[in-house]
Amino acid sequence: MHQYSSKLLDEAVREFSKLPGIGKKTALRLVLYLLRQDEEEVTRFGESMIRLRKEIKHCRECNNISDTDICEICANPRRDRHIVCVVESIRDVISIENTQQYNGLYHVLGGIISPMDGVGPGDLETGKLEEKIKQGAVKEMILALSTTMEGDTTNFYLYRKFHNYDIEISILARGVSFGDELEYADEITLGRSIINRQPFRGDISR
Amino acid sequence: MYLKNLALVHFKNYEQAELEFSPRINCFVGDNGVGKTNLLDAIHYLSLTKSFFNPIDSQNIRHGEEFFVIQGDVEKDGETENLYCACRKGRKKQFKKNRKEYERLADHIGYMPVVMISPADSALITEGSDQRRKFMDSVISQYDRVYLDNLMRYNRALTQRNILLKQMSVQRQTDHAAIDLWDKQMIPLAAFIYQTRVKFIRDLMPLFREYYAMISGNEEEVELRYESQLHEEGMDELLRERREKDLAVQYTTGGVHKDDLWLGLGEHPMKRTGSQGQQKTFLVALKLAKFGFIYQVSGNLPILLLDDIFDKFDKNRVKQIIRLVSEKEFGQIFITDTNLEHLEGILKEIPADYRIFTINDTIRLISQ
Repeated sequence: MHQYSSKLLDEAVREFSKLPGIGKKTALRLVLYLLRQDEEEVTRFGESMIRLRKEIKHCRECNNISDTDICEICANPRRDRHIVCVVESIRDVISIENTQQYNGLYHVLGGIISPMDGVGPGDLETGKLEEKIKQGAVKEMILALSTTMEGDTTNFYLYRKFHNYDIEISILARGVSFGDELEYADEITLGRSIINRQPFRGDISR
Repeated sequence: MYLKNLALVHFKNYEQAELEFSPRINCFVGDNGVGKTNLLDAIHYLSLTKSFFNPIDSQNIRHGEEFFVIQGDVEKDGETENLYCACRKGRKKQFKKNRKEYERLADHIGYMPVVMISPADSALITEGSDQRRKFMDSVISQYDRVYLDNLMRYNRALTQRNILLKQMSVQRQTDHAAIDLWDKQMIPLAAFIYQTRVKFIRDLMPLFREYYAMISGNEEEVELRYESQLHEEGMDELLRERREKDLAVQYTTGGVHKDDLWLGLGEHPMKRTGSQGQQKTFLVALKLAKFGFIYQVSGNLPILLLDDIFDKFDKNRVKQIIRLVSEKEFGQIFITDTNLEHLEGILKEIPADYRIFTINDTIRLISQ
């Protein structure tokens, strides 16, 4: 069934509207925009998508997205190889890298456990992490997943899987954020911060 | 605390309306369908940032218009504060206090508590257990944010567990370790929810009995019993013992999502034994208990909204209720009714200050 005057147009709109956050109207707008561009421009656009899909690699060490077999972070000799920070996706790697506070390695799970989205424990990429831990190459594993039910469930899964090995398992602190006036902090966060308060040694910046 | 005035633009059936209220009793009188209840709903909006009846904001815009605005001045601790709620089609709802927009709507909840008593309450007796859980949850959540958060997390884990059970049945493969993960998350949450509900009903019970006795004027023993599978065993045992059954029926059969409130007259269930009058008295007492409870825990006297509640009561009981709520321990009250003489007759006998508005094509203040 065609909605538009051209079958080609129809097809292109359908493909665009499969993207997250894109509805039929936005898809049509994007397709019409592409039609107005030079042919070369659009060819470049299409080819970059195809190459992205075909040539992108996942780092053999940490499963992060990479152009090479081993990603820049894992290949960097100045990184502390005994600490591994477990995250859901490359977006989290970027966020933590931007803090410039972390010098260890990462492990990208590629998802978190959520039956709703069809992701079970078996779908998580944990093989290489397990291998490293079994070899005794890891001293500390930091769990840096989102604070949702699904994130917590995945935290527990990883804890159960690895807590018998001789490693330290830590989790991101949850509490009042920087620059927050207590008055405006939300009650749940503030309540947890009180329960999980930390020893003060004269300087909070450490 | 009380609502001094209310101004509406394009809200439900109103093109425009402005009302000045008494700090005590306010009555909206008019025929069916003139929009008495919509005024109560506007007050509900200013309290809980949403409609009591229709959760879709844009559907509360007057037919053919683009937006609605509800505004009111609240007198609280000697100061006047302005509340403003506006909704335009296709845009996010705006809610402001003193011209400053709230970052989160949830932050406003509790500022001006209301308790609505309406004919829809009968669902508590006639409908399924979800209505009664909703009653408990909505009262507790108004003062306990941790409870609300834990309840939402529990429900989320429950949904995930149920989907997992379904998937395993489709794939004919049981992965007990994967179910364990969700059980482990649900156990502490269930314990927290259970304990909070136990305490809530324990605190609500004496208030409820007191109000029931006052309205009915007799010695009937009313019962409000919290029923939960967690009375007998912990959530961990419950989930473990029912694992096989859960797998067979493909959903979680044990937990606080199965809780209920047993409503009774003596040892008999209200649903079957209670007369219409008894059931209504029961519900009004329950809602007044909610009122008393919110007052106890928050120190804020809620505004009471009585929507068409005198419909099935005889004259004596109506008098009893109005006399009760006009006493000192109640604050501002809004009443809707269809019968002017009837209502005025009762109000003349009580000492509290009151205003009556008649509503047909226009709103008129007729007595005060």
